[in-house]
Amino acid sequence: MRIELVKRPQRSALFSMLSPFIAFALTIIAGAIMFALLGVNPLSAFEIYFVEPISQVWQLHELAIKAAPLILIAVGLSVCYRANIWNIGAEGQFIFGAIFGSIIPVLFPQFEGPLVIPLMLLLGMVGGAFYASIPALLKTRFSTNEILTSLMLVYVAQLFLDWLVRGPWRDPQGHGFPQTIQFGDSAVLPELMPDAGRANWGFVFALVAAVLVWLMMSRMLKGFEVRVLGSSPRAGRFAGFGFNRMVFFTFLLSGALAGLAGISEVSGAIGQLQPVISPGYGFTAIIVAFLGRLNPLGIVAAGLVLALTYLGGEAVQSALGISDKVARVFQGMLLFFVLGCDTLIHYRIRLIGLALTKPNGAANLETAPKLEEAR
Amino acid sequence: MGGTVSANHDRANLLEVRGLTKIFGTLTACDHIDLNIAKGEIHALLGENGAGKSTLVKMLFGSLEPNSGEIFWDGKAVKITSPGVAKKLGIGMVFQHFSLFEALTAAENIALSLNDGSPISTIAAKARALSFSYGLPLDPDSLVGDLSVGERQRIEIIRCLLQTPQLIILDEPTSVLTPQEADKLFETLERLRAEGKSILYISHRLEEVKRICDRATVLRHGKVVGHCNPRQETAASLARMMVGSEVKAVVRAPAEGIETAPALLEIRGLTRKPATPFAIPLKNINLAVRAGEVIGIAGVAGNGQGEFFESVSGEVLQQDAGSVRIRGKDAGGLSITGRRLMGAAFVPEERLGHGAAPRMKLSENLLLSRHATDGKAFVGSGGMVKNGAVYSAAQRIITAMDVRKSAPDPEAAALSGGNLQKFIVGRELDRKPGVMVVNQPTWGVDAGAAAHIRQALIELARSGSAVLVISQDLDELFELSDAIAVMHNGELSTPLPIAEATFEKIGLLMGGAEPGHAEHSLEVA
Repeated sequence: MRIELVKRPQRSALFSMLSPFIAFALTIIAGAIMFALLGVNPLSAFEIYFVEPISQVWQLHELAIKAAPLILIAVGLSVCYRANIWNIGAEGQFIFGAIFGSIIPVLFPQFEGPLVIPLMLLLGMVGGAFYASIPALLKTRFSTNEILTSLMLVYVAQLFLDWLVRGPWRDPQGHGFPQTIQFGDSAVLPELMPDAGRANWGFVFALVAAVLVWLMMSRMLKGFEVRVLGSSPRAGRFAGFGFNRMVFFTFLLSGALAGLAGISEVSGAIGQLQPVISPGYGFTAIIVAFLGRLNPLGIVAAGLVLALTYLGGEAVQSALGISDKVARVFQGMLLFFVLGCDTLIHYRIRLIGLALTKPNGAANLETAPKLEEAR
Repeated sequence: MGGTVSANHDRANLLEVRGLTKIFGTLTACDHIDLNIAKGEIHALLGENGAGKSTLVKMLFGSLEPNSGEIFWDGKAVKITSPGVAKKLGIGMVFQHFSLFEALTAAENIALSLNDGSPISTIAAKARALSFSYGLPLDPDSLVGDLSVGERQRIEIIRCLLQTPQLIILDEPTSVLTPQEADKLFETLERLRAEGKSILYISHRLEEVKRICDRATVLRHGKVVGHCNPRQETAASLARMMVGSEVKAVVRAPAEGIETAPALLEIRGLTRKPATPFAIPLKNINLAVRAGEVIGIAGVAGNGQGEFFESVSGEVLQQDAGSVRIRGKDAGGLSITGRRLMGAAFVPEERLGHGAAPRMKLSENLLLSRHATDGKAFVGSGGMVKNGAVYSAAQRIITAMDVRKSAPDPEAAALSGGNLQKFIVGRELDRKPGVMVVNQPTWGVDAGAAAHIRQALIELARSGSAVLVISQDLDELFELSDAIAVMHNGELSTPLPIAEATFEKIGLLMGGAEPGHAEHSLEVA
């Protein structure tokens, strides 16, 4: 018995849709095995992990708080990835957005009024875009690999923030704790429904960004440009679309959205700068982007699912005493299975019994590109 | 050289096909096909685009499974379930669209398909020996990305020969070759035939089928319409069998008053350094194309035509803005979009991946080259694409060019080469451009479609546009052009008026015979 992958004549629309669900099912199965090995009843663990965290209204607000940055960042990243440009450094852009946006409440706390929040959000986007422009510049000028540079800049940003809150920006009345002063009232992102829960405007920004980017990608010339350059760069050049311009566009856009997520998180959920302001949103958003099929509307759904893995991780830690690292494990498994299931979009699986004489698998693999070319 | 070997009806059949049928949905692509290929014969498979040639060949090579029918190899019934099985039997195939990795060398590409673990150096040596003995000059260590189409084809042929096949299937092999290269290929094929190998030769070029093929099988609409000895037929009678009616000959109305017409496209002292170590530098190219005329550029593959097209189209900019002038204005510093806005239109050599994005719909591919020139019609306020307008314009082009397709707005990759080419040329003609530059307008396109495209180009010129055609197909250039210039080693000869041009004169120029080219040896590379 042997499994063989046979190239489909064209991509399967059915599996393009089903793949995330199959991946989710496989993640649940693998998760059940993991819980069983940890000595916990998988069913009750799943209830604590996936159901209890969203059984009350205030918990849904917590879900929205976690989902907002994931969706904002992933929507930006989806544009990069559709253009075949690989921004892996959203975590750093998130942090720089938070730092830039915090300039007003930290350095000018006496500046108050309705203008503060819009300015902070704007500065946050500028900060994220600025930080994303570095790998873009390096790529267009020196042909450096943007995966590497954008990833390495994440660590620079993390350490820079750490230095800021321990050094120049530390709260003088903070008893030496590494944090800035608490933001003033006019620098805090308002909550949507203060009576029901803590969710703030960040979630609205995420939804608006998702709809706008969806419009751009599906209806606008700019989105067409992104798709052409991503799928056939030479045809894109023939169309007159500049690749370098596209590198900057996608990095600046995704950087700005990550920066917006960063300042929204700091101004809304945290209320001050700390050494660590993100539980890895910038990286988890990569999973969100792919789980959402690089489609902004799919990303909204995927963002909610991944947000739930964070909440579930906290829940199993408090209820069952299992490390909240379990959230990371779930996220990792999800990405693993999504990428694996995506194979089904382009290939179908053929089971081959040993009784039949067939050519060796290598011969078939090697002809796979040929089939595509010859079509 | 043709006609010396008689048809081999008396010999045993290497391959017998009985009632082979392939159905796609409601379309019967191959309908009870019968075909015999004898040992040591060159067998032609003729037919228009969509006649079922590719489907038949894919079934023989194991890429497609037939719905019914039998295949006998050496008298034994076989099932060819995959290309691996076909190779094991001894069937080799050279595709029209090559499957080569550009970033790898020729030898590495060959090693990938052999997959037997022998070291690259051994393979390179074998390939070199084979290329030498069959007269197919090739440097196994050169990068595929730097090679011309003709050279890439040699890699495919050598790769196929290294597997010592008994039957070699060649799909449109001469569509990228010049007379000299084609002659070389025919010598190779005749040598293979003398060794007792069989060849299934797919072509639209009836003259060469008459010249080298022993027998022919003609397909039309998925059915065999006849077996014949091509040497006893005329090109016209073969074409009639293929198309089912007479092929309209291209009519070139006499061009009047060209001498006094303004030059719409001028190239002045165009020079370009090689972009890669294997690219051809362009050396001081001068050319003027006047309103109303078609100028052809002949040349052996890989003599700078690709570099020239990139420079003229604006995919690569010039430092001297005056080296390319469109409608009397400097355009050398403008991008391809800027040049399009001045009234120029371009059709590149590669259809999939350059002229069209393979995975995008035809309507999206229309937008690809016309988003700027038809900005008002196709793009609304705020950069929103007017999908309805683009779709109806695409349908207009599809109708005007008689593009045959399986869906209202299919992906570019789903069309046959000829039909996609009709769309890509039609996309530009639809704009009525003042300047049209076309590289290889009918690369691997069947007779009917090619005549349609050529006629359309002539009519564009006669309506007052300047048309520049780069082609390796001399027949085509003689059919189309008012004057023919030759590109050799990055230099362009002065255009010869068509009345003075002969195959011999142009052929000599292609070998580098013009004064100033004398230092270059006569090379067919």
